[in-house]
Amino acid sequence: MDRFVFLLGTGLARGTLFALFALALVLIWRATRIVNFAAGAMAIVGVYVGVAVTGLTGSYWWGLVATVLAGGVVGLVVERGVLRFASARSPLSGVILAIGLVIVLQSLLGIAFGQQHEPVPAPFSDRPLRVGGVPVLSPYDVFVVVVALGLMAALRLLFVRTTLGLQLRAAAFAPEVARLLGVRVARMRTVGWVLAAAAASLAAMLAVPKELGLNPHAADMLFVYAFTVAVVGGLDSPGGALLAGLTVGVVMSLVTGYLGATLAPVAVLALLVVVLLVRPSGLFAQAETRRA
Amino acid sequence: MNARRTLLLALGGLVLAIGLTFLLDPYRNYQLALAAAYLCATAGLTVLVGLSGQLSLGHAALMAAGGYGYALTSQALTSAGVGGVPRFLAATVAAAVAAGVLGLLLGLAGARLHGPYLAGLTLTLVVAVPAVAASVGALQGDRGVRIEFEGVPGPLKALIALEQWQAWVALAVAAVAVTGLALVRDGRTGLRMRAVRDDEVAAALAGIAPARVKVLAFVVSSVTAGLGGAVLTFVTQSVSPGAYTVSLSLLLLVAVVVGGLGSLLGAALGAVLLVLLPWLVGTLTDMLPLPSQVTQRLDGTLPLLVFGSLLIVLVAGAPGGLAGALTAARDRRRARRRLPAPGPTAARLVPTAGDDPTGPAARPGSVGPTATRSGEPVRTPTEG
Repeated sequence: MDRFVFLLGTGLARGTLFALFALALVLIWRATRIVNFAAGAMAIVGVYVGVAVTGLTGSYWWGLVATVLAGGVVGLVVERGVLRFASARSPLSGVILAIGLVIVLQSLLGIAFGQQHEPVPAPFSDRPLRVGGVPVLSPYDVFVVVVALGLMAALRLLFVRTTLGLQLRAAAFAPEVARLLGVRVARMRTVGWVLAAAAASLAAMLAVPKELGLNPHAADMLFVYAFTVAVVGGLDSPGGALLAGLTVGVVMSLVTGYLGATLAPVAVLALLVVVLLVRPSGLFAQAETRRA
Repeated sequence: MNARRTLLLALGGLVLAIGLTFLLDPYRNYQLALAAAYLCATAGLTVLVGLSGQLSLGHAALMAAGGYGYALTSQALTSAGVGGVPRFLAATVAAAVAAGVLGLLLGLAGARLHGPYLAGLTLTLVVAVPAVAASVGALQGDRGVRIEFEGVPGPLKALIALEQWQAWVALAVAAVAVTGLALVRDGRTGLRMRAVRDDEVAAALAGIAPARVKVLAFVVSSVTAGLGGAVLTFVTQSVSPGAYTVSLSLLLLVAVVVGGLGSLLGAALGAVLLVLLPWLVGTLTDMLPLPSQVTQRLDGTLPLLVFGSLLIVLVAGAPGGLAGALTAARDRRRARRRLPAPGPTAARLVPTAGDDPTGPAARPGSVGPTATRSGEPVRTPTEG
């Protein structure tokens, strides 16, 4: 029972990270109808910058800020420099461009920093706190949950309560109409990419201390899990991403705890297949218009 | 192209390629065998993506299925006392069946999914390959499965080296795979695939079952990828999850896009590039006077950097790939031949098109339907 509670706790903590990363994918999907397969590689660029800043200043917090800023800059450069060339006619060209980006970014990082895993220490203790004698969550897990949920809440406020949010939603849902009403659709797309890339960088920065360490491929698995989360949640729905993120986090944690870590990817694959076969556009997606 | 012409072309190409192996040293023959193995997979992928419009990031997993199918069957037959050609044929068929079954399952899922969903599913499949290999006892985890050494058959032993024999076998299998794909592409099935790719609803109205066509495309593509895995296992005498990573999957896609989606010639160019480029870059970095640490870092990553940049530039600028550029260049040459006798204007205009040795079609941005037009003399408004 103790074990179950502990696994549940860590599962929820990981789940919020998956949800945050998945939210980044959902934001971009809603804005541009592209699944950003380069999200992992882009996020890890931000993490490298953040870790470098932490090393220079000695402060974890400056590093965190630098990660978010660097992530945003990467998003800006990628959207303006590369993804703008994705052809609107072929849905595959965006995916293929993103894959080219993954290869380029990861090989550049490999050339600059090498392939070894650099350990990144957590800013708080990793030892679980005990509630009534039962180990539940470590202080670092609590920190992760608070930051991730806080950021998601802030993004929701931005989208629902501000003019910028309204413009972002308008540009995503009806670009033609929005343009006629004076929304700078292209700029809104860029803003969407910047927000998403910054959120993904933060998620990766929070995840790295819990993984093997920092290397150019450190966010690959995070991306795969987040993609599963986004699909299970229905690519279109931020709320679905949060729910699905918590579910996938708990499932992974339980599978890892009871059946072994090697089976975790298989469990994720199984979950993805089942969800896609039952509801091809995810559990929480809005009903698709009839096409035929 | 009719079927007989395709078969003759394939036979001619195979004979030519086998003749080529006599001119190459053993290491080059080994590289040729690898390229032939990759060709099986890239040819399958190019037909899948280019003709049926389904994007798979999981062809490395399908190759792995073929590789394991080959290795396990070969092991079982070896312990049953079967050897030589029957063992090779049975194991190759098993590889095709294993990959085909996995492809059928993927295709059934894929027929209901579109674009990014299918790509993500297949990507997750590749990520799960090491986990599956570790959790299924017979696959022996990271160590992988080794097969018995398959030497040059008796009568040929005096004539050719092992690497050359392996190249022959690899080329023969690749020829079978590519010919099969070419026949599918040129036949009714290929036509249906293109119809479904371009407009599913219209295809359904014309009496085509889109789901069935998509699944069929996936199975055909998987079988050839499985053959590629079998050849790779035959050449390296082992199969392990380390050989079928996400990187390989992505590189196969790069090769296909660089070659030109839907083009079998492009798939061949891409496969050769996959083998040659890392070697070329390695040779170059060895020649430069760099510290050994830098060389070591560049070794695995610089070829990837080149591949990735190539992919971005081509997708952004020249969606036709290398094969598209070749076709465009040919069209341009033909168009130039059709030009009237060079009068004063044409004489001034034609050389400007020929001045640039790469030609407009080789430059990103001008391949595609516009390339044919670029060969015609361009009349500017000022020439009254």
